[in-house]
Amino acid sequence: MSKYLDHKGRPIIAVTGLGAVTSLGRGVEENWAALTAGKSGIHKVKRFSTEGLNTRIAGTVDFMEPEEVSAPGISYAMADATTEEALTHAGFGKDGFPGPLFFAAPPVELEWQHRFELVAHSEKGEIGYDRMLNSAQEHKQEKMHNLIQLGTIAFRLAEKYGTRGLPISLSTACASGATALQQGIEALRRGDTEAALCVASDGSVTAEGLIRFSLLSALTTHNNDAPEKASRPFSKDRSGFVMSEGSAALVLETLEHATNRGANVLGVIRGVGEKADSFHRTRSSPDGAPVITAISNAIKDAGVGLEDIDYVNAHGTSTPENDRMEYNSLHAVFGDQIHTTPISSNKSMIGHTLTAAGAIEAVFSFKTMMEGVIPPTINYETPDPDIPLDVVPNQSREADVSNILSNSFGFGGQNACLVFGREVA
Amino acid sequence: MSSKQKEVVITGIGLVSCYGEGVDHHWQVMGGEKAPDPIVDLDTVPPYGVHPLPEMDWALQIPRKDQRQMENWQRLGTYAAGLALDDAGLKGNEEMVSSMDLVCAAGGGERDIETDEAILKDAIASNDREQVLLDRLSTDLRPTLFLAQLSNLLAGNISIVHKVTGSSRTYMGEESAGVTVIQNAFSRIASGQSTHMLVGGSYNADRPDAILPHVLGHFLYSGGKEGVVERQKNGGGMRLGSVGAFLVLEEVEHAKARGATAYAKLSAVTSDLGKRDGEQGTARLDEMMSGMPNKADAVISGATGASDATQFEMDYLTKRLSDQVPVRTLQSQIGQSLEASFPASIAFAALALKNGGFYAPFEASEKPSPAEISNVLVTSIGHVCGEGFAMLQKA
Repeated sequence: MSKYLDHKGRPIIAVTGLGAVTSLGRGVEENWAALTAGKSGIHKVKRFSTEGLNTRIAGTVDFMEPEEVSAPGISYAMADATTEEALTHAGFGKDGFPGPLFFAAPPVELEWQHRFELVAHSEKGEIGYDRMLNSAQEHKQEKMHNLIQLGTIAFRLAEKYGTRGLPISLSTACASGATALQQGIEALRRGDTEAALCVASDGSVTAEGLIRFSLLSALTTHNNDAPEKASRPFSKDRSGFVMSEGSAALVLETLEHATNRGANVLGVIRGVGEKADSFHRTRSSPDGAPVITAISNAIKDAGVGLEDIDYVNAHGTSTPENDRMEYNSLHAVFGDQIHTTPISSNKSMIGHTLTAAGAIEAVFSFKTMMEGVIPPTINYETPDPDIPLDVVPNQSREADVSNILSNSFGFGGQNACLVFGREVA
Repeated sequence: MSSKQKEVVITGIGLVSCYGEGVDHHWQVMGGEKAPDPIVDLDTVPPYGVHPLPEMDWALQIPRKDQRQMENWQRLGTYAAGLALDDAGLKGNEEMVSSMDLVCAAGGGERDIETDEAILKDAIASNDREQVLLDRLSTDLRPTLFLAQLSNLLAGNISIVHKVTGSSRTYMGEESAGVTVIQNAFSRIASGQSTHMLVGGSYNADRPDAILPHVLGHFLYSGGKEGVVERQKNGGGMRLGSVGAFLVLEEVEHAKARGATAYAKLSAVTSDLGKRDGEQGTARLDEMMSGMPNKADAVISGATGASDATQFEMDYLTKRLSDQVPVRTLQSQIGQSLEASFPASIAFAALALKNGGFYAPFEASEKPSPAEISNVLVTSIGHVCGEGFAMLQKA
């Protein structure tokens, strides 16, 4: 019995299935090959015109075949692909999945194409909400209605893959992917379920989305002519993040459940830590206290020592503030050990996949442990003297990695950190 | 797990609806011999009635500099959260709020109507819509508005204004989001993962961008002030309402240790998703009902008025409950507030249990209240999908 329980007597959480889609490709293997080769998925936006915009690049996913080219359409297509991949990987077939779905959901709403369509379908009333309301009243728009319900993607995934109970849609902004895993972890630890499907997806690179982030001065405006060079986490010349799309899915089970059904255990989730920040809507507390607490809580929850962490999968967005704050907080927790612990940012290659980031980076973290290869931080040409880290610059590195700390931070004071392990015990 | 399951009580309620704010006010208005006339604004976005926001002095709960960073749905939620903390005696108690877990149910935020309309007009008039869109969005959008559109920024604002920072999660998905927040909080406290939580949601119905998505699916009622069941003879439909509803949920020993009094005990929450037709639908609700530890003496129903969902619920309640059990369709009085609706229903159930009474019928078809009510069932049958039940007991 006790071999299935962790240091606090809770069920050990095994990961048995992975799925990923990013701008680097479809499927975990395609992504892993590109990632370890140091390739960038960032490119000029082709989905819509970017004429006159400060930022004209992104990590859009252009190879899916969504039912509609819109944030909900693309997000669903990617989530569907990664869910199927992860469930197949874990060996769950057509009989459904024996647990609930936790879905990190992208923001969806009516888009301009929908507004134009509504206006075009009616003659009644002044152009604006009046006209759109009349148009909707005259012609029922069932498909449009479904697309913009915030629960739709999770509801559809739950029905298609036969997950149990009411699926959960959540958002903690750019920490959402980590929060989806956290929900799964907590449900398994409570004994609510023996298995949990955690999925995150974000396909919300629209003109308006790009402009909104741009207005917050969050996006890099450099390298519009060399997009693959734009995301430069931890470099002195970093200037903002690159907006990107992607999805990931992870199958979580209690170790006992996974063992009993003879599943291949890819690794375990040892711990999770969280702390909300009350300082500002978009900025972290200057003293880093909430992030420090989140990291410390995760390590404590995992029951490992600081010296056991042999790689950090950074949030590493490439904004001046995040990367400095992340270093300072890591330093506060780990001391000088952090200067010799490899840390890299997948975002240097795939950009910031927002809602999906924490889950995508979790998938890559498990691959890192399984393959013994750390993906690099690319575009690391000008080190920032204030951030003296071993960022695994530019080239992947073979390494024996048995415990990983993965950080996710989001607007709205969201901080969630996870500790993954290769070995069950 | 059930053997060591901890008891969950409600120790604070923050409520804002078309009738005004605060628990005492709501009990005064709604706990009397006769239900009040519903406050329905039929002129805001005709022909759809809306239960409007009451007149608010936001400054009572939210500093002015913070108000400027929010749209009304966030102000409403942040305000109701403040009321709940006040009511629980936890406002400003730094030790308690900094370890308090926050769970919000939220929708997609608000848009700048004037900007949307101006851009739409210019784009439609132009022969290069896409370029007009880019140019105008770049100059017309306000950065702060973006933050008013992020679902998790209600929680973010509550952390900033009320310093609730133990943890922060936001759930989405219309009525189901409200069910999830209550179920999540209940499960975390019952299992010992948390000791005290702030839980709820808010919805601002008073705007065309909130109305439009529901008109797309022809889900709104365009008659007069009829209640949820009464509307069915005219084809049914929902009437949106602005609501802010937050609850403080606590582990019972945690509440006792600080001398807090409980409104009620939350004894079970169940939920599901699936087909509603025929026996399958009934069987699913039966399964959910089997998780309820008591027989209901009364029901606060979250029936939305949407015809299929309302029919499904009313058929079920008629079949499974005794004739004597009064059902109150809360949305007849305060409107459909989507993410906030289940937390609001829980609040009204708790309020009645604490006051030792129940509500006079909200609709002509509803039965009078019996003298003694100890267990209240709260229902949520989502207007499209998703179901939730909760049982509240006298503390």
